[in-house]
Amino acid sequence: MDIRAQVSSVFHLDKCIGCHTCSIACKNLWTDRRGNEYMWWNNVETKPGTGYPTKWENQEKYRGGWERVGTQLRLKQGGKASTIGKIFHNPDLPTMDDYYEPFTFKYADLTNAPAGTDQPTARPISMVSGKPMKIEAGPNWDDDLSGSTVYAANDPGVIELTEEQQQQLFAIEKMVMFHLPRICNHCTNAACVASCPSGAIYKRGEDGIVLINQDKCRGWRMCVSSCPYKKTYYGWATGKSEKCILCYPRQEAGEAPACFHSCVGRIRYLGVLLYDADLIETIAMKEDGELAAAQREMILDPFDPEVIKAAREGGLAEQIIEAAQASPAYKFVKEWGIALPLHPEFRTLPMLFYVPPLLPVLSTENQGTQKIADNFFTSLEQARLPLMYLAGLFAGGNEEEVKAVYRRLIAVRIQRRALSVDDMSDKEVEKAREISGLNSDALDAIFRMTSLTRIKERIVVPPMLREQAIEAGMNPEEYKQGMGFGSRKAPKRRW
Amino acid sequence: MADMILFGVFPYVALSLAIGVGIYRYTIDRYSYSSQSSQFLESKALFWGSLPWHYAILLILLAHFLAFLVPASWGTLLGSPARLVFLEVTGMALGITTMIALVILIFRRIINPRVNAVTSRIDWLLLATLLLQVTTGVYIAISLRWGGVWYVHTVSPWLWSLVKLNPQINYLANLPWIVQLHAVNAFFLVAIFPFSRLVHVVSIPISYLGRPYQIVVWYRQRRSS
Repeated sequence: MDIRAQVSSVFHLDKCIGCHTCSIACKNLWTDRRGNEYMWWNNVETKPGTGYPTKWENQEKYRGGWERVGTQLRLKQGGKASTIGKIFHNPDLPTMDDYYEPFTFKYADLTNAPAGTDQPTARPISMVSGKPMKIEAGPNWDDDLSGSTVYAANDPGVIELTEEQQQQLFAIEKMVMFHLPRICNHCTNAACVASCPSGAIYKRGEDGIVLINQDKCRGWRMCVSSCPYKKTYYGWATGKSEKCILCYPRQEAGEAPACFHSCVGRIRYLGVLLYDADLIETIAMKEDGELAAAQREMILDPFDPEVIKAAREGGLAEQIIEAAQASPAYKFVKEWGIALPLHPEFRTLPMLFYVPPLLPVLSTENQGTQKIADNFFTSLEQARLPLMYLAGLFAGGNEEEVKAVYRRLIAVRIQRRALSVDDMSDKEVEKAREISGLNSDALDAIFRMTSLTRIKERIVVPPMLREQAIEAGMNPEEYKQGMGFGSRKAPKRRW
Repeated sequence: MADMILFGVFPYVALSLAIGVGIYRYTIDRYSYSSQSSQFLESKALFWGSLPWHYAILLILLAHFLAFLVPASWGTLLGSPARLVFLEVTGMALGITTMIALVILIFRRIINPRVNAVTSRIDWLLLATLLLQVTTGVYIAISLRWGGVWYVHTVSPWLWSLVKLNPQINYLANLPWIVQLHAVNAFFLVAIFPFSRLVHVVSIPISYLGRPYQIVVWYRQRRSS
């Protein structure tokens, strides 16, 4: 057993209102530089929709993630030799047009234009070339366009549905959507790490955060094409790839990552998971539908004395083990089993989990008011949002996984409803618990964690051994009371 | 005197710059030690430019180096007329390929506004120098046939005399001006190597083939588990 700690996240999709505050917090902090304007380390997509970059989920187009070849796991974009062979031109690299060309407006024209008969206008110009351009796409171009035949209908997950399911999805007045915020998944079997010819990308042992060493990066761009979530980005002005760093400088100072901190809907939970790194390769080889469950198997109980013993022997700090015991991520993923990884079939073993949205599945149109369907459990089968679609997103196509989560979420609601509305018999509540497989306390705990907790309970940042983190780059004595981290050179090419 | 400076002194200056500044840049500013890719901004024309350019120029450079390093074996290799003709034709085809590919790459940087925006002055200088180099090379191959053979008796001894720190500039001084230009321009490329994106030629990611897929970095050595 090789126990490692991972700072892991859970996003509760029922609570996401799609306000993009997370994206803006991240943008202001990390990607407001030239060459990074188009990058959204955190973005919020409308589902069904094509997303950012367009149709990123379609790996026949982008060739990200892993595939099984016999008994081996291989990067979908090709093996090592083939990767080296592509360094002069990477055929799988998305171009700026797959994302969008960043733009601004010539505001100066508004005041500098000579007097005339019509109003001066600020023309859109490209932030790359500075030349006038036609704006044709943006980072959230299909925001809230759930019924769109251009965007939603081309969602790679929608295309896989049957004709009937698609009609169900696009029925007038029954249109449905939910928001999907995405950051780097800090995968345990990361494809970006595996594809880097320079070996510049690495996973931090202490907390599992995946980072790109900017001095080692030679800009081969293999990580951009191999990441199935398209969460590594090529900085065209610096010639370096960059990605979400899970705000590790903030975490080392004990603060929540900016997107977590700013989340209006309080949908984001963060905590340490302990997992057995020896199992990574075996699990990544499982069948598509088994991957989500197998990944839960990999995650270990931080209260189990044997796990604690093995963790100590593996060199994990005591504070990390304590943080793992207080971790809301552990509760969501393992204890309650209501959070699933996004697209586990990409086989990168992502460490960001989602509580699938319940409301768009169950609510039905009823004289203009939204109402949870009366018969909770049978209604899952006639859900407004086809379960097949959700299973395609969160369980590698395994509907049973998604159903199990929904049964639990529904049971939480039934138990709360019995308490607050008092229109349900004890028998009904008992039946709901039975079907969900969770006891009354667990259901209450889910309700509490979902709606009542404050930031310190939702976001349990482990003590990140900052003194050790600094030590790797500089003398801690000189660093006392200092600010910032590691390299303090501006990310700029001077040659 | 001019010959002495160009063929006897300049090569040393160029090499010193390449090594000295190259090491300086690597230690001081490793961040910039690569070629800044523009494929993200434009991919199609790059395919038709970059791929043929790199493979063809690598083969041509290989031929130049072999004829310089092992002139005797190279001479033997060209001993048979069939092999000589084969190499001459292949070399010429590769040379023309590099020229066409380079023209594609240059036009791409002129025409595409995005790629144009990320092209620096030193990039333009490098492209112009490379174009001059491949054009003179192809012109020599066409006008002064059987370069594979006479190179061994002229350029190769000159290069070896430079290696032995005893420059024999007569080898080059007696050659046509176009060959002299080609040779001096080659050392000019060596000279601007550390100042330009040419530095990427020394980052060959061979170690990738031997490393495990996943990399985990710890602050400190873990206790033995």
